[in-house]
Amino acid sequence: MSILINKDTKVITQGITGATGLFHTKGALEYGSQMVGGVTPGKGGTFVEITLDNGTVVKQPVFNTVGEAVAATGANASVIYVPPAFAADAIMEAVDAELDLVICITEGIPVLDMVNVKRYMEGKKTVLVGPNCPGVITPDECKIGIMPGYIHTKGHVGVVSRSGTLTYEAVHQLTTRGIGQSTAVGIGGDPVKGMEFIDVLSRFNEDPDTYAVIMIGEIGGTAEEEAAEWIAANMKKPVVGFIGGKTAPPGKRMGHAGAIISGGKGTAAEKVAKLESCGIRVAPTPSDMGATLVEVLVANQLLEKCTTATPANS
Amino acid sequence: MNIHEYQGKEVLRQYGVAVPRGYVAFTADEAVAAAEKLGSAVTVVKAQIHAGGRGKAGGVKIAKSVEQVREFASELLGKVLVTHQTGPEGKEVKRLLIEEGCDIKKEYYIGIVVDRATGCVVVMASEEGGTEIEEVAEHTPEKIFKEVVDPAVGLQPFQARKLAFAINIPGELVNKAVKFMLALYKAFVEKDCSIAEINPLVVTGGGDVMALDAKLNFDSNALFRHKDVQSLRDLDEEDAKEIEASKFDLSYIALDGNIGCMVNGAGLAMATMDIIKHFGGEPANFLDVGGGATTEKVTEAFKIILSDAGVKGIFVNIFGGIMRCDVIANGVVEAAKQVGLDRPLVVRLEGTNVELGRKILNESGLEITTANSMADGAQKIVALVQ
Repeated sequence: MSILINKDTKVITQGITGATGLFHTKGALEYGSQMVGGVTPGKGGTFVEITLDNGTVVKQPVFNTVGEAVAATGANASVIYVPPAFAADAIMEAVDAELDLVICITEGIPVLDMVNVKRYMEGKKTVLVGPNCPGVITPDECKIGIMPGYIHTKGHVGVVSRSGTLTYEAVHQLTTRGIGQSTAVGIGGDPVKGMEFIDVLSRFNEDPDTYAVIMIGEIGGTAEEEAAEWIAANMKKPVVGFIGGKTAPPGKRMGHAGAIISGGKGTAAEKVAKLESCGIRVAPTPSDMGATLVEVLVANQLLEKCTTATPANS
Repeated sequence: MNIHEYQGKEVLRQYGVAVPRGYVAFTADEAVAAAEKLGSAVTVVKAQIHAGGRGKAGGVKIAKSVEQVREFASELLGKVLVTHQTGPEGKEVKRLLIEEGCDIKKEYYIGIVVDRATGCVVVMASEEGGTEIEEVAEHTPEKIFKEVVDPAVGLQPFQARKLAFAINIPGELVNKAVKFMLALYKAFVEKDCSIAEINPLVVTGGGDVMALDAKLNFDSNALFRHKDVQSLRDLDEEDAKEIEASKFDLSYIALDGNIGCMVNGAGLAMATMDIIKHFGGEPANFLDVGGGATTEKVTEAFKIILSDAGVKGIFVNIFGGIMRCDVIANGVVEAAKQVGLDRPLVVRLEGTNVELGRKILNESGLEITTANSMADGAQKIVALVQ
């Protein structure tokens, strides 16, 4: 088991004929994800040929609309690599086609476009991850997004994060300790987005194959505080946290559109204090995320169950 | 992106938001000419810098004659204003807003922001005008009223009316306040603002409702569709290194420390600053080279870090995903060749093509300290700069 995606997930790429879309569709195919086609308006009826590292050539059909792609391929998920000016439209098209899951990788979408997207999605079945995120991976089953697949190991720890590279850092620290992951979800660094921490945590909570969770937050907003309260009230599994941006100056946007301390709110200190007051262990530095999780697993007698691979000698 | 008050008022005027008449002036002569054109009994001379708290810092003067306008303009232009938002180094005043004085009866607050919790635009209003809204929120939160706007229909008159009555706008002026808020909302949405703050909104003796101050911030992600807003950017208000970085699409923020950082990914870049601090060092910058960086981009990033005389050592921390370690390594070597590496350099590489990256660094002949984790790298660079 896992959350959001598994070996049966059928994925289409919106923006498949662009350089980024093509590059990461190949990456997903190399990993073994079921990539079934793509959408580029105006290029319907054509195919893209992708040559894998082992020499195999994979043909991906291209469609003009998401609706056509779904009808022809039976896809239930899409991944979006279209440029920021057109990405909101792409998300809404995927929602209209009633996909279960849409993962938007695109960075730089205007915030007010996302306000409209969220309103449009009300009452619809589709779940959105992102935008401005690395994507979602269920190790050995399905990789949708831009993360390096090889650092992951199949297992029982869920990872949820607002940052891409910090997710890789956490996953790497787990894998080198022999601790596999059930699913790793990058929810993205934008202020208005699809899934929030609580949406992902509640799925990990219900997933019988996830035994513990790492939650990686950062400055800006109050999503970590809300998640901490939710965890204290509902979570049946241990959660370890990390908050980036302790040294970030107020009023400056730290790369991510959502990573900004405004009006003295959204500081790392406030978030760490809230997490700790809700009983969540917080890693003191980003280098300690793996070690902190191990301590918590030991305390909960879960280390053995969570050690699904041989630790690396590093 | 930030703009000046006078520019913000110009944008608002296009949308029919009531603002006082005024002109920008770069010299004392222009200030006098502006005052003569206004012909008002009282003229306000306002320093234009990208920071709040100008009034308390002596950046706003009330002139009763044209001679006084000249006197205040001469005094303010070239003066370094230190407010709670500028930092101790302050900001030099290079532009003034010369504005007609108005007969203030009462001050209010109106602000529009994108609320992350609801994912909607929210209009906030308070009777406590003139003070900072954060202070009102902390001490008397019951005095702030909010309306969440449904993006499908936009701000509705009834919502603006509710706010106007809630903050006790005089009954006969409620319609004017409603018109003001609807126009402000329209400007916010059409120009892709991230903040539109009117503090204070004033009711005048003449029965007008107008914006005495205006702070507009724009969503950087949406600037591609607002060429007019882009033209309002004032490079004098920005750090030279940040401007240089933005040319190469690098995300860079200057800080006060002495350890330069080059990292891929915003989250890892923030965390790298944190871990340097954790081991007793001070980061000199935030720098995210991004996921799709080229050797050229990395070279430029490295040059920008080295151009900071305050930097005593550099920590490169890369987790290669799409960003391959060999690309980073080539960029570092290239930049070091071009500008001459004269300061300690610690490099931690992990991820895609890590072996190749390490090989390039080892064979470069450069004096590079390698690290096998973030913590190891941070400790090494902190020790090297001491």
